[in-house]
Amino acid sequence: MAKTLVQEFTKGLWNELPPFRLVLGLCPTLGVTTTMENGLGMGVATTFVLICGNILVSLLRNIIPPKVRIACFIIVIASFVIIVELLMQAYTYPLFLQLGVFIPLIVVNCILLGRAEAFAYKNPVVPSIADGMGIGIGFTLSLGALGALRETFGKGTLTVWGDMSYNFMDVFPSFEPFAFLVKAPGAFVCLGLMLCLLNIMGKK
Amino acid sequence: MNEMIKMVVVLTVLSALSGGLLAAVRNGTKEQIEVQQLQFVKGPAIRGILAGAANDPISDRFNIADGETEKTFFVGKFDGQPNTVVFESLGKGGYGGDVGLMVGINTDTDKILGVAVTTHSETPGLGARAKDDPKFVGQFKGLLVTQNVKVTGDGGSINAISGATITSRAVCGGISEALSYYQKMKPQIAEQIKAFR
Repeated sequence: MAKTLVQEFTKGLWNELPPFRLVLGLCPTLGVTTTMENGLGMGVATTFVLICGNILVSLLRNIIPPKVRIACFIIVIASFVIIVELLMQAYTYPLFLQLGVFIPLIVVNCILLGRAEAFAYKNPVVPSIADGMGIGIGFTLSLGALGALRETFGKGTLTVWGDMSYNFMDVFPSFEPFAFLVKAPGAFVCLGLMLCLLNIMGKK
Repeated sequence: MNEMIKMVVVLTVLSALSGGLLAAVRNGTKEQIEVQQLQFVKGPAIRGILAGAANDPISDRFNIADGETEKTFFVGKFDGQPNTVVFESLGKGGYGGDVGLMVGINTDTDKILGVAVTTHSETPGLGARAKDDPKFVGQFKGLLVTQNVKVTGDGGSINAISGATITSRAVCGGISEALSYYQKMKPQIAEQIKAFR
């Protein structure tokens, strides 16, 4: 393999940036990014499952028979998703209430299955970790950025994490938030705008 | 043939390990999850029922054991007297599983002071209105503990949420159970509540 570890890691941050380059995992991307905090929380949960799943699939890659590999991947991924769900209930309950049904839905996020199938099943453990981290962090940043965009213009606020939040209405009292951006159609519009922006930037 | 056996063995072992791991994590986080639910879901529900109480109902509480099960009772003080208890009940057979309830009863008058839905997985916009719509749970207020709590379709007096009869039935069932439990345990409750005078 000519690719170095650094390349495996950084490809997830730009060339294969999940929601914008691969256009994968759109359900949570559109569903939870109503605030920046939700987007980041979802991203962190997904990253955890992605890294753990990649490690385990990579370790077991010589044991798992090819014919039942998808079933095995799903068992591994689903187990980690339930662990994340329980941990979130135990330690970040308000975030768990916000994300609700999207946490169990990480199981069917095609990024996870995609990385297990396309990368971890064919590569040793260390590159798999790098791949999982890269893709996961890329996904987290993308969701955070989309959440920040929608929250800033849709609500006039920005909640980075916990109590770290800003209210732009204090600074610009005449600003009327575009409530439409926080609703589902607004998610598609924002996603389209960001795809467009990244495509323009990628051409140079 | 050999490959077939390998497939079965690998899948079985993997599933078993996964099950064991999840059971362990669940056991490990159970207490912490209960603490969080008390703080973020049940706590506000208890405070909502006991709005205007002179004490902190979350810290003034006692446990009563009945056979194998143990219930926690939260005490509310009104007019200087500890005369209200709030405790948990479970409405079995909701549309998306069991519906968690908090029931508050005035021990002097034996009337329901208030009811709140805590944890549930009912459909948003339909069954979830049991929690979100104060009109529905408001119907239970003032009912006597000896009364039969049923939806109108079953011969009772509670108007079911339209489109969510199953949820409404589950809530009524949970409350009936709580009321009969209260009547059964009343001597112990009266004994324990004296400590909060």
